[in-house]
Amino acid sequence: MPSSWIEFLPTLLKGAEITVIVALLSAVLAIVAAFIAGLGRLSKLWIVRTVMAVYVEVFRGTSLLVQLFWLYFALPFIGIELPKMAAAVLAIGLNFGAYGSEIVRSAILAVPKGQWEAAVALNMKPWQRMWNIILPQASLRMLPPFGNQLVELIKSTSLVYFITMADLTYQAMVLRNNYISWTTEILVLLLLMYFVMATLVSVGVKLLERKLTAGRL
Amino acid sequence: MWDWNYVLDVLPQLLSALKMTVWITLCSFVVSLIVGLLLALAARSRFKPLAYVTKGIIEFIRNTPLLVQVFFLYYSLPLLMGVSIPAFYAGVIGLGLHYSTYLSEVYRSGIEAVPKGQWEAATALNYTKGQTWRIVILPQAIPPIIPVLGNYLIVMFKETPILSAITLVEMMLTAKNVVSQSFRAFEPYTLVGILFLAISYIASLLVQRLEKRMNLLRGK
Repeated sequence: MPSSWIEFLPTLLKGAEITVIVALLSAVLAIVAAFIAGLGRLSKLWIVRTVMAVYVEVFRGTSLLVQLFWLYFALPFIGIELPKMAAAVLAIGLNFGAYGSEIVRSAILAVPKGQWEAAVALNMKPWQRMWNIILPQASLRMLPPFGNQLVELIKSTSLVYFITMADLTYQAMVLRNNYISWTTEILVLLLLMYFVMATLVSVGVKLLERKLTAGRL
Repeated sequence: MWDWNYVLDVLPQLLSALKMTVWITLCSFVVSLIVGLLLALAARSRFKPLAYVTKGIIEFIRNTPLLVQVFFLYYSLPLLMGVSIPAFYAGVIGLGLHYSTYLSEVYRSGIEAVPKGQWEAATALNYTKGQTWRIVILPQAIPPIIPVLGNYLIVMFKETPILSAITLVEMMLTAKNVVSQSFRAFEPYTLVGILFLAISYIASLLVQRLEKRMNLLRGK
């Protein structure tokens, strides 16, 4: 029997490590997917627009847990067996990428029309216009909503518990099974650890935002 | 690899679980509508300690996972209070409470959009605080935010699978139970995905139409 809640910390921190890794990898995938889908939905080619729109609708329309189950439990039946980490990162990354694509799209559309026209007047190629003129301005607008999404993403990593990945939530529930009478301490500790992680991220994003937008927006 | 007979076998079970899922969603939505409004009002209170405590609670609930909150309600509250909570109530309260913090922000934006003159007019008419809220402010603050509330209803619908963790038998857990008997996972999980997609897609179209109609009504 543990003598104090301090004794739970090493196990929980081991789980927190997995949580952080899953969150980082899925955040990277989510940002890449968000830019590809967000830009793709503004493409001149209808086929690109349609494919991206279908991706966004499918991943926003079904819930994250269903996607995770599908990738991990259903895909093996058609011969694709993913390791837990890959299934978790794919599900979370693609899910948040779909939501993020709307952020990218609306931020690009919010850049004033004069900026597009100025780039055309300067004889820039379309990719130059996007890379040098539009995206630098649009990405500042994307920062606050991306920060909110990042907090949501960290919270959603707790779902990997369902595919028995040894993340923070999973470790806590194993501890709880072993020491039922300590349930409340363990769960409160778990809530606090998530709260600290989420708060650190949202404070970090706000500081970054203040630094980057100083004198600009 | 896609077995239609198996699909026809599974589908009725999933559809009856869908009814349960919708029922859970609606109950949680009612909880979050009421608690969200109370939180929004408390966060605006002129009694500063109440406002700060409320904002703190909102921050805490928003920055921790729904899954862990539901575990807390289901496993920890019975130990603390000595009453066990059935999975249904723990799930509805958990989901409702979690999204009430989001809805309180929506209410706040609606309340702040009411012109200041309306408050002054209510003061000029000698309305009490309760009358001001009931007769003047809320009737103007709430209609514009109805589409946003509708979107949160869809979001909550898609969060219900999380409640399967506390053995609340909704669609996901039903599919899981089917799989554990038949050992065929592909069809049930795909069907659950299709059902979620179909319903949330139709619902989002309805919300869009509602939004257009309401903009027309307000002369936009």
